Amino acid sequence: MKALKRIYLGLILAFLYIPILVLIIQSFNAGESRAKWEGFSFVWYGKLFNDPNIMHSLWITLSIAVLAALFSTILGTLAAIGIHAMRKRPQSLMLTLNNIPMTMPDIVTGISLMLLFIFTRVERGYVTMLLAHITFDTPYVILSVMPKLKQMNKNTYEAALDLGATPMYALLHVILPEVMPGVITGAMLAFTLSLDDFTISYFTTSPLVQNLSTLIYSQARKGIKPTMNALSALMFVVLLVLLLLVNKRTDEEKS
Amino acid sequence: MKKMVSLALMMALCLALIPAHAAQEVVNVYNWYDYMDEEVFEIFEQETGIHVNKMYFTTNEDMMLQVEVSPGAYDLVFPSDYCVERMISKNMLAEINFDNVPNFVHIQDSLKNPDYDPENKYSVPFMWGTVGILYNTKLVDEPVESWGILWDEKYADSIFMMDSMRDTLGVALKYLGYSMNSRDLIELKAATDKLIAQKPIVKAYYVDETKDKMVAGEAALALIYSGDALYAMEKNEDLDYAVPMEGSNVWIDPMVIPATAKNKENAEKLIDFLCRPEIAQKNCEYIWYSSPNADAIELMGEDYTENKTINPDPDVIQRCEFFHDIPDDKLTLYNNFWGQVKNAK
Amino acid sequence: MTDFQVPSWGYWVMGVGFIVFIALLVAYIHKNRGFKRPFFASPYVLWLIVFTVLPCLLVCYFSFTDPAGNFTLDNFKNFWDSNYNARKAIDPAELDTYLSMGLTLNDLGLARNSINIDTLVFSLWMAFLCTVICLLLGYPAAHIMADRDFKLGPTLVILFIVPMWMNFLLRTIAMMSLLEDNGLINTILEWVGIGRQKLLNNTAAVQVGMIYNFLPFMVFPIYNVLNKMDYKLSEAAMDLGCDKWHTFYKVTLPLSVPGIVSGITMVFMPAVTTFYISRLLGGGKVQLFGDLIEAKFLSTSVTEWNVGSALSLLMMILILASLGLLRKADPKGEGGGIV
Repeated sequence: MKALKRIYLGLILAFLYIPILVLIIQSFNAGESRAKWEGFSFVWYGKLFNDPNIMHSLWITLSIAVLAALFSTILGTLAAIGIHAMRKRPQSLMLTLNNIPMTMPDIVTGISLMLLFIFTRVERGYVTMLLAHITFDTPYVILSVMPKLKQMNKNTYEAALDLGATPMYALLHVILPEVMPGVITGAMLAFTLSLDDFTISYFTTSPLVQNLSTLIYSQARKGIKPTMNALSALMFVVLLVLLLLVNKRTDEEKS
Repeated sequence: MKKMVSLALMMALCLALIPAHAAQEVVNVYNWYDYMDEEVFEIFEQETGIHVNKMYFTTNEDMMLQVEVSPGAYDLVFPSDYCVERMISKNMLAEINFDNVPNFVHIQDSLKNPDYDPENKYSVPFMWGTVGILYNTKLVDEPVESWGILWDEKYADSIFMMDSMRDTLGVALKYLGYSMNSRDLIELKAATDKLIAQKPIVKAYYVDETKDKMVAGEAALALIYSGDALYAMEKNEDLDYAVPMEGSNVWIDPMVIPATAKNKENAEKLIDFLCRPEIAQKNCEYIWYSSPNADAIELMGEDYTENKTINPDPDVIQRCEFFHDIPDDKLTLYNNFWGQVKNAK
Repeated sequence: MTDFQVPSWGYWVMGVGFIVFIALLVAYIHKNRGFKRPFFASPYVLWLIVFTVLPCLLVCYFSFTDPAGNFTLDNFKNFWDSNYNARKAIDPAELDTYLSMGLTLNDLGLARNSINIDTLVFSLWMAFLCTVICLLLGYPAAHIMADRDFKLGPTLVILFIVPMWMNFLLRTIAMMSLLEDNGLINTILEWVGIGRQKLLNNTAAVQVGMIYNFLPFMVFPIYNVLNKMDYKLSEAAMDLGCDKWHTFYKVTLPLSVPGIVSGITMVFMPAVTTFYISRLLGGGKVQLFGDLIEAKFLSTSVTEWNVGSALSLLMMILILASLGLLRKADPKGEGGGIV
């Protein structure tokens, strides 16, 4: 029985990993053909780092992810604090509104934002993509800050104000430290979400400003170049290492 | 205070993350995939200091929509003939100042003042070519003479069609003996039925992918543009190209400047540069389409003039026709029928 | 430029609206003698109005108007009958000539056509199939990993998360290169002697791609719930004489419902709306509802946007309705998203 279970898990993991492994192996193939092995080589990795398109879109992806995470964390944390202090009616209204971007299919969010930008004659590009990313990131920040606020003692903020703190001071020195874990989770969530987004970026950017996802999509139409395999391999390894590190750290904290 | 400083530093860092927009002269080029020797742009950049921003589209229909909804984003566009006709009628194009394009003299006289731009105010021809069938001689024994071969069950799951409305509908129309510009409901319906009947034996509907997949030998037959065909034939000698006897589409892709272009003069400089015979030659030898540039053809010599794919015989051209713009109401029909083909199960 | 863009007075309206918003806020703060915490939410309220509410209203507006901006229900009629707009576009005199020749609308290819509905039903079916298969494959996997005796469990879960965070386009491309005519699977098949098969560019390929993409989204929430579950409950059931299967049906399964619901949501939603998976693995032959919408907006013409908006609106309603149903099964949202 136990062996059977392991075999089952092994099969599922094989299903998930064989395609990725094949990509990684192909990235070391000296030739361009997918069917023939022409020797081990790092040539595609060299080409990857010299490909201005890929490097540019990597830069765009990372900078958008950082900026979107930063802005949506500020916006979302403030909003969460505000919503938490609201009376019941406006609070539930806000939470419902906040749910809309999360439940809406990506394609509809993308299209509706595209319509907005075209309607208001805002030229699509870097800024519109950033605005779109902040829009879909913020609800998740709120979602991760809210539980921490609920755990907080309700009266500390008022106490701080009574003791003469300005609202800004109380916010920064009383509330913020308490909800910091939620803020950090939210920021990380926002960062990864915008790192990975394709659909919404696809509709809200111009062909000139491509993030990795939209670039990959347009290249996939022309046939996958081995440089893409090299990129996948690198991203996979970085991700795996990061996750293992994070996991190890949390394990150590637990014990 | 320390916190404020670190906050300020963070902000500064973030601002640094925003890609710098250098105050450099640019020209935004919107072109088909693989339709230009990129080195040509590099030479242009070195010569003039104008930076070329490259953007790509897959079909004429995608391109026209983007030019319409993103005013100012593009300075130089490469539409096909019938789209130029449409863009002129919709006032989407700027008149080219031909004083800035002295190299226009190199263009063949027969291609000046074309039907789609009768007074030659808006466009300069870039390349021309035909639509035909690319086939793998190892998989196809018989001669390829008719579009009918694309409907032959023998080649089931070994045919690539084009994911492009006018081209694919046009071929079906031509196969049935109608005009590629048909506006007749019954003819269009017949072509649609033909394509729906063909769908089960089609392997895939591609545009940009076709040539590489044909080189890899993934299908026996493909509907393709002549230049893509030549590119593939260079890489795989089993491949051959034919324009069926029913006739096909012959097209010209001119360069145009959208009315909303922000860098019109730079675009004109680039047009002029691309009309320079040596540059036109370099381009032509890279993308393998037919050049409208008489002096470039002279430079390329016999290799070029003897090639029947680049220079089809006059009787082949005779059988072919140009696409023309379809008025809006009939275009709705086209869109509708194309949707029926694409969504047929 | 194009007709549907905001007229210049629109900017005045927006500007005035913004000033009014600020003025109201200031007045409210003043009236309440001081800055209350709810005001911290005001920037986000503004943001929501501009980037969520307004775009949604725009989609609604486009759904109910024709390209000229007049109110109409034609876009929805066109959803029901995809030939509706084409019939309207054609010159009535021309149509009459054909009809008087004894031809029917069917002969002209203009009779009622249910392409849009068929495509929607097909998408729902594909998404349903994908969800069921993911559940059937994923539940046992999550259950095995959550087993207390299985020491490797927590480590293996990481392996399920990694693909989830990897760019899904790259993953789809990985699948694509595996299924290709000269991909690994075909090479093996030929080597074994079965011969090459056509694996790409069909419905099955799209389905496999969807399962491959979304399976981790099913495994993780179920694992989460099972892992947090009090194992003493099932032990108690065993002690009270339940056999293994009975314990599973009566105790474990009902308690894992929140995870299942969350998993279903996270698989079904993107599966209904995807368009890139069918594009990459279907070779333009397999069209899902997402492809239909994408084509209306990006590859035909501006006049199709109204129809496309109507389709988007319908999809939105559909998703909200199915979410509502799922919420009923898991009212507290215990399954928790992981995203």
